Amino acid sequence: MRNLWLGGLLTAVFAGMAVLSFLWTPYDPTVLDIANKIKAPTLAHPLGTDHFGRDILSMIMVGARTSIAVALVAVGIGMALGVPLGLMAAARKGSLWDEVIMRGNDLVFAFPSLLIAIMITAVFGASALNAIIAIGIFNIPVFARLTRSGALSLWSREYVMAARVAGKGAARISVEHILPNVANLLIVQGTIQFSLGILAEAGLSYVGLGAQPPTASWGRMLADSQTMISFAPHMALFPGLAILLTVLGLNLMGDGLRDLFDPKLRRARS
Amino acid sequence: MLHYLLKRLASLGLSLVVASLVIFLTLEVVPGDPAAYMLGINAQEDTLAALRDELGLNGSVAERYLSWAGGLLVGDFGTSYTYRTPVAEMIGERLWVSLPLALYALALSTLIAFPAGIWAASRRGSAVDVGVMGITQLGVAIPNFWFAMLMVLIFAINLRWFSAGGFVGWDAGFGAALKSLTLPAVALALPQASILARVMRSSLLDTLSEDFIRTARAKGLSRGQALRRHALRNALIPVLTIIGMQFSFLLAGAIIIENVFFLPGLGRLVFQSISARDLIVVESVVMLLVFAVIVVNFLVDLTYAIVDPRLRGRR
Repeated sequence: MRNLWLGGLLTAVFAGMAVLSFLWTPYDPTVLDIANKIKAPTLAHPLGTDHFGRDILSMIMVGARTSIAVALVAVGIGMALGVPLGLMAAARKGSLWDEVIMRGNDLVFAFPSLLIAIMITAVFGASALNAIIAIGIFNIPVFARLTRSGALSLWSREYVMAARVAGKGAARISVEHILPNVANLLIVQGTIQFSLGILAEAGLSYVGLGAQPPTASWGRMLADSQTMISFAPHMALFPGLAILLTVLGLNLMGDGLRDLFDPKLRRARS
Repeated sequence: MLHYLLKRLASLGLSLVVASLVIFLTLEVVPGDPAAYMLGINAQEDTLAALRDELGLNGSVAERYLSWAGGLLVGDFGTSYTYRTPVAEMIGERLWVSLPLALYALALSTLIAFPAGIWAASRRGSAVDVGVMGITQLGVAIPNFWFAMLMVLIFAINLRWFSAGGFVGWDAGFGAALKSLTLPAVALALPQASILARVMRSSLLDTLSEDFIRTARAKGLSRGQALRRHALRNALIPVLTIIGMQFSFLLAGAIIIENVFFLPGLGRLVFQSISARDLIVVESVVMLLVFAVIVVNFLVDLTYAIVDPRLRGRR
């Protein structure tokens, strides 16, 4: 439970920052103020300024928006396509469908999200949208596999038999009886994929394959800070901490949710 | 066993063919003609046609796929559009940086994770366990390129123990080359070691609660003896799966870490090629990495069958 609270708190802080950034940031993160460039943290700029004099706290707040949006939509893509595929594979276990879906999964698994991003970028150019697509594609097999394995054990339960006897079709059973019972699994995995998505987005925008300037993103801020790290370490420190704490928060929340949903695991793990 | 092996080999071949098709077709729908890009906007129509012909861009899609894929089979990756050198040669050079880096990181990750995971599992609930779990929680959450930057700041800029980037080359001697790969390898290994240590711990804990461990303890083995002689081997299957998956993450992750340290590996080659629209190089590097992932997973599957004979019959 401690994990859940701590993780939830960290996540809420960064989500709150992202939401707040739509209404208010201490400074405009796109306005250059060369007179105040590369300032270490002061009262006026709590996290300092970057090489263009932009306020780092404001940029981190707007960057939270980018990270969260990219990772969240990517999880959405993974679930929207992966869950139905997994349900379908489980409902027709051993059929050609099942085989095609699972082999397709294996194939997508062979492309790490970074490679998918590289291919998409080579074709369409770098953008936040392409980062979302790359991470989203990578998420599909994760949810398809999880849903299938969760669903398979449910198909032999009595209440599913009863539903079949009552004349319900496979699709209806999947939606009405299987899906609600794998929802917990999906929520936990969703949290984990969300945190992986934040890391992936940061990595992609660090190498220039994600959000493009002037959109603030944590990965880009780190890329910009790299050549100045010897005399302006604060520029590298804070965006990195933001990524670390957000991912840590989501991971702790995922662990906490798993314990909450599955008391049996809680006993085994503690 | 032979039947199992043949079946797995057939599915391996099929995966490789489908993967190569996916890569080829994705990159073939690229808007923009590499020949036009190379010659600039003032190029004459007949020069363009000649260059397209030279680069092999004129055939039908099927012809071009077959000539590309057929070339791959015999190690001919085509000729780079921009450098006019064989792609295989370019990749070969870079591979001498990227592959050792990935293997170095894999070795480090395993060397850190096994003792840490076993230690934590054998002292479950103790301060050691809590400490290891806390550190690994941080290790999983840290972006590896940021960790790399921090290490550069501490060990290269402040302490001057390592150079901040670049690769001295294997000609400079094994020790010197290894030294210039050390910070990148540590940066790559840390998150993977954290994941692996957690898997090792939980897999061992699962195994330790099995009946056969109780039997072993009842025979008079100490907890440590039971762990070493009976639990460890049985706990290895999930650990092997993760190690196999990590190899692909390490190869792909190396693409980003190479950028932090300005290492002349496959990652930098890919980025240079993307900006130069040298798609044949991108195609070949991506195919090579995917090939590595698929083959490694195949080998991991075979290892299961060796570690756990029960799996040979299944599937």
